[in-house]
Amino acid sequence: MTGSTAIRVETLSKTFDTAAVLHDLSLDVRAGELLALLGPSGSGKTTLLRIIAGLDFPDRGRIVFGAEDATRLPVQQRAVGFVFQHYALFKHMTVADNIAYGLNARKRADRPGKSEIKRRVGDLLDLIKLSGFADRYPSQLSGGQRQRIALARALAVEPRVLLLDEPFGALDAQVRKDLRRWLREIHDRTGQTTIFVTHDQDEALELSDRVAVLAKGRLEQIGTPDEVQEAPVSSTVLKFLGDTIEVEAIAQGGEVRVEGRLTPVTAPAGLVGPVKLYARPWQLQFAESHEAHLHGTVRSSYRSQGRQRIEVDRPEGKTVVVEASDTARLPAGRAVGLRILAGHVFAG
Amino acid sequence: MSEIATDLPRPQAASVVTEGGLVRGLLVTVAIVFLALFLVLPLVTVFVQAFAKGWDAYLAAFREPDALSAIRLTLITAAIAVPFNLVFGIAASWAIAKFEFTGKNLLVTLIDLPFSVSPVVSGLIYVLVFGSQGLLGPWLIEHDIQIIFALPGIVLATIFVTFPFVARQLIPLMQEQGTAEEEAALTLGASGWHAFRTVTLPNIRWGLLYSVLLCNARAMGEFGAVSVVSGHIRGLTNTLPLHVEILYNEYNFVASFAVASLLAGLALVTLGLKSLLEWRYAGDLAASGRRH
Ligand SMILES: Nc1ncnc2c1ncn2[C@@H]1O[C@H](COP(=O)(O)OP(=O)(O)OP(=O)(O)O)[C@@H](O)[C@H]1O
Ligand SMILES: [Mg+2]
Repeated sequence: MTGSTAIRVETLSKTFDTAAVLHDLSLDVRAGELLALLGPSGSGKTTLLRIIAGLDFPDRGRIVFGAEDATRLPVQQRAVGFVFQHYALFKHMTVADNIAYGLNARKRADRPGKSEIKRRVGDLLDLIKLSGFADRYPSQLSGGQRQRIALARALAVEPRVLLLDEPFGALDAQVRKDLRRWLREIHDRTGQTTIFVTHDQDEALELSDRVAVLAKGRLEQIGTPDEVQEAPVSSTVLKFLGDTIEVEAIAQGGEVRVEGRLTPVTAPAGLVGPVKLYARPWQLQFAESHEAHLHGTVRSSYRSQGRQRIEVDRPEGKTVVVEASDTARLPAGRAVGLRILAGHVFAG
Repeated sequence: MSEIATDLPRPQAASVVTEGGLVRGLLVTVAIVFLALFLVLPLVTVFVQAFAKGWDAYLAAFREPDALSAIRLTLITAAIAVPFNLVFGIAASWAIAKFEFTGKNLLVTLIDLPFSVSPVVSGLIYVLVFGSQGLLGPWLIEHDIQIIFALPGIVLATIFVTFPFVARQLIPLMQEQGTAEEEAALTLGASGWHAFRTVTLPNIRWGLLYSVLLCNARAMGEFGAVSVVSGHIRGLTNTLPLHVEILYNEYNFVASFAVASLLAGLALVTLGLKSLLEWRYAGDLAASGRRH
C-alpha cells in the first residue's frame, strides 16, 4: 500500500519574528503511509504541518505534492484535510452541515447534487460510527465525538493528504487510547496518506508506519517505530522516546566499559574515549557486587503501569531508575549493584 | 472540598460583601430614587408635555413640512452612517482580531477617539477642514461642492461620533473566537469570501445586530457634532434633535416635546431590543460570557 512519494518537504526554513522555528528540514512522505511527527513542545511540529497545509508559508525551501510544486499554492487548492487539536467545528451548523461544508463550498460545476452530498455524509457518519448524530450541533457532542466529526469533515473532500495536529491532545487518556486504535482502523480501511502530530511517544510508536522525530526545528531521525527504538541516531531521539539512564563510560575498540568493567554494549567504529551510555530502566538488572557496573543504595520503589520500579542513588549523586520483574522487596537504604544488559552509546 | 463545607454550619449572612439589612435597604432606595428622578421622570415629562394639548396638537407637530423634512434627513443620515460603520467596524475588528501588524495599538486607540472627544469638537474639526474658511474650503467652492451646512457634513459628523460602536463590540468577540474555524473552512476549499459569509458572519451575528442597534440610536440622536456642521437651515439641514431644540427655543413646547417623544420612543424600542438580545443571546454577545 505504501509506495511512491506523496509529499516531499525540501530544505524548509521558517523564522517567526527573530526566532528560527524550522532549519533546513527535509522529509519524504510516502503515499498511503501514516507518518507520525513526534517532538517536544515547541519543536516546530505544528509549524511544519501548517506549512504543508498552506496555512503558513516558509521563508525558504519547497513543498512538493507528487510532481507538483505546491510551495506557493493557496490553501484552498492544496486539497489537504486538516484536523485541529480543538476540533474547530462550525458551532452554528449541524453535524451533517459540518461534514458537507467542503462539498457545498465548491463551485457549482464541481458540486455534487443534494442527494449525492447527503449520501456521502451518511457514508462518512457510518464510517465514524455516529450515524444517528446528523442533526445535532457540536455543543451537544462529547470531545471524542467532536473530533470524529472533524475527521469526517476533512475526509469528505477526499484530500490527497490528511493532516492531524495533536487530534487527541484535548481528550482524556481512555478516550485517547480508543480513538488511536480507531484512527488506525480508518487508515487501514481508506489507505489515506496521513501525517499525525503528537508529542506522546506511545501514541506515535503504536499508531504509525513511520515516525519522524523533530527537535528544535530539525529532523533528528525518520524510520519505522522499531528502527527509531532499536537504532536511535542520537541521544536526543533516545531520550525523547522514553525514560533513560545516563552513565559515564569509556569506549575503546568497539568495547564499552563502565567503572572499568566491560559491558555487553558495543560502540560504533570511531567512537573512542569518554562517552555516554544510555539504557532503559528494563535494561538494568540487580547483580552481585563483583559483576555489577554500577553501585548505589535503594532510595524508594513504586509501581508504574504494573511494573516495579526502583530508584537507586549512586554515590556521585545521580539517581537511576531500574525496572525489575523479579524483585523481592528492597528496603530503602539497602546497598545494591546493577548490571547493564544493553544500551546505546553516544559521544558525551 | 465542597462536601466538607456543606456539613459545616453556614457562616452568618454577614459575610464580607453582604451588608446588614438597613444599609442594603438604604442603598437600594437611593438607587431607585436616583433612577426615578434622573431617568424615569424626564422620560414621563416628555410624553406628558407632548400630549398636553391632546392628540390633535400632537399629530399636528408632524404635519408640519419642517418636521417631516427633519425626519427624512435623520433617516437618510442614519441610512448612510450605520451601514458605513457596519462595514468599517467589521473590517477594522477583523484586521485587529485576526492579524498581527505594526500600528495595531494605534488603530485601537484611534477607534476609541470619538468616545473621548467632545462631539462639539468633532463637529468643529469638520468645519475647519471643509468649511469655506477651512483647509479645503477654497478648492471645494471652486468645484461647487458643499459639505458643511449640507447633508455630506451631517453624515460625516454622524459617522465620526458613531464609529466606535460596531468595532468596540466585535473586537473582543472576534479575538475570543480566533481563526481556527476560518482556517478549517479554507482547508476545505472555501474562498476567503465564502468562509467569511458562512463561518465568520454567523459567529458574530448577534453581537453585530446588538452593536448596529446602539449605533443607529446614537446616529439618530446625535446633537452636538451635527449641530456644529448643520447650520440649522430649516427644512433643509435640521435633523430631529436639532428640530426639537429650535421648536423649544420658539416656546413651541407641545410640538417640541411631540418630536422629542419620537426620539424617546426610539430609545425605548432600542432598549427593549437590546435587553431581548442580552437575555436571549448573552453567550454570543460578549467574549467573557462564552463557555470555551
Ligand atoms: N505565529 C507565531 N508567531 C511567533 N512565534 C510562533 C508562531 N507560531 C509558532 N511560534 C513559535 O515557533 C516555535 C514552534 O512552534 P510550534 O507550534 O510549531 O511547536 P509544536 O512543536 O507544535 O509545539 P507543541 O507540541 O507545543 O504544539 C515555538 O517556539 C513557538 O513559540
Ligand atoms: Mg503544536
